[in-house]
Amino acid sequence: MEKVLLVDDEKEFLEIMAERMEARDMNVTTTTSPKEALIKAQEESYDVVILDLMMPEMDGLETLKELKKKNPDLQVILLTGHATVQKGVEAMKLGATDLLEKPADLKILTEKIKKAHTKKMVLVQKKAEEKIRHILAEKGW
Amino acid sequence: MDRQLDTGIETGLQFFGKMTASISHEIKNVMAIINESAGLLEDYSLMAEKGMPIDPERLRVVSDRVANQIRRANGITKNLNSLAHSVDEFQKSVDIKETLELAVGLTGRFADMRSVILDFQPPSDFPAVITSPFHLLNLIWQVLDFAMDASGAGKRVELTFEAGPTSVKIRFTGIEALTNVPETVFPTAKEAALLHMLGATIHQDAEKGEINLVLPKDVRQQVTAES
Repeated sequence: MEKVLLVDDEKEFLEIMAERMEARDMNVTTTTSPKEALIKAQEESYDVVILDLMMPEMDGLETLKELKKKNPDLQVILLTGHATVQKGVEAMKLGATDLLEKPADLKILTEKIKKAHTKKMVLVQKKAEEKIRHILAEKGW
Repeated sequence: MDRQLDTGIETGLQFFGKMTASISHEIKNVMAIINESAGLLEDYSLMAEKGMPIDPERLRVVSDRVANQIRRANGITKNLNSLAHSVDEFQKSVDIKETLELAVGLTGRFADMRSVILDFQPPSDFPAVITSPFHLLNLIWQVLDFAMDASGAGKRVELTFEAGPTSVKIRFTGIEALTNVPETVFPTAKEAALLHMLGATIHQDAEKGEINLVLPKDVRQQVTAES
């Protein structure tokens, strides 16, 4: 089961998306506040964060930057009304996993969530292997 | 003079672009909710096909959501239509209350993005003004844009207007951080060009956190601004 944090200032959009994603066996947490999203992402381990690009309080790119600063392995998919090429490039440079335009097809979004989840698992596994290698080298076994 | 006209035209195009981009973004948000609502109904039908009971209340919630979004989209497209028609005639008689309502409607999303509340309190008397509706909308936006940034901790900008014999004064209050803004910062060349086009003047009262925009009732006549 993928653990997803959904961040968007459109409350109704969050409610429907959460219901639909939960019906697809995902564990979904929602928030309309980017600042709250930063706290939640620090308290819990999410497989994927789905983030709106334009929100009050904090710009989506700014939120992405903060999320990646705190957890570089976190998979963030940006969901936006209008993505300019410039914003898209900027988002990718900041480490976004993907970018989708609203209205998005849930099938495509679900695929991207699953891909992001797999990517996270690979990264976690890689880190664990590195840690073991490091311990082995250090102890000289 | 030509430079001022160029600035006026340039700022007009920028204003039009900014507003239409914002409107299209809002429409996309509405479409996304309607799209997901349709998807949710599809999910419900698949569940029903599998023999799972669907609570009619859940269907009612979806139906209400779609109706709400249609109302929202109707308001957005109405504003877009009014903005588009504001360039039909360079000068015409406009209802100042309707113009301010439209300006507030167009600015709503920008206010939300900055967590600022826009509060428009029209008086009971609505004067008609002969002016350039598009340039007036642009100038009101420029003032609101500045006022929202300078609204300080209160994060509330109030608008009202009052009519004099030959002019109308639009009052923007709640600009708490106006005392911190040097007079050279606002109005800029953009606003100066629009003020010139509209024969209007701007007066700032930093102590009161207030900006007054004084418009002639008839742009075609020589006006002495009443403050």
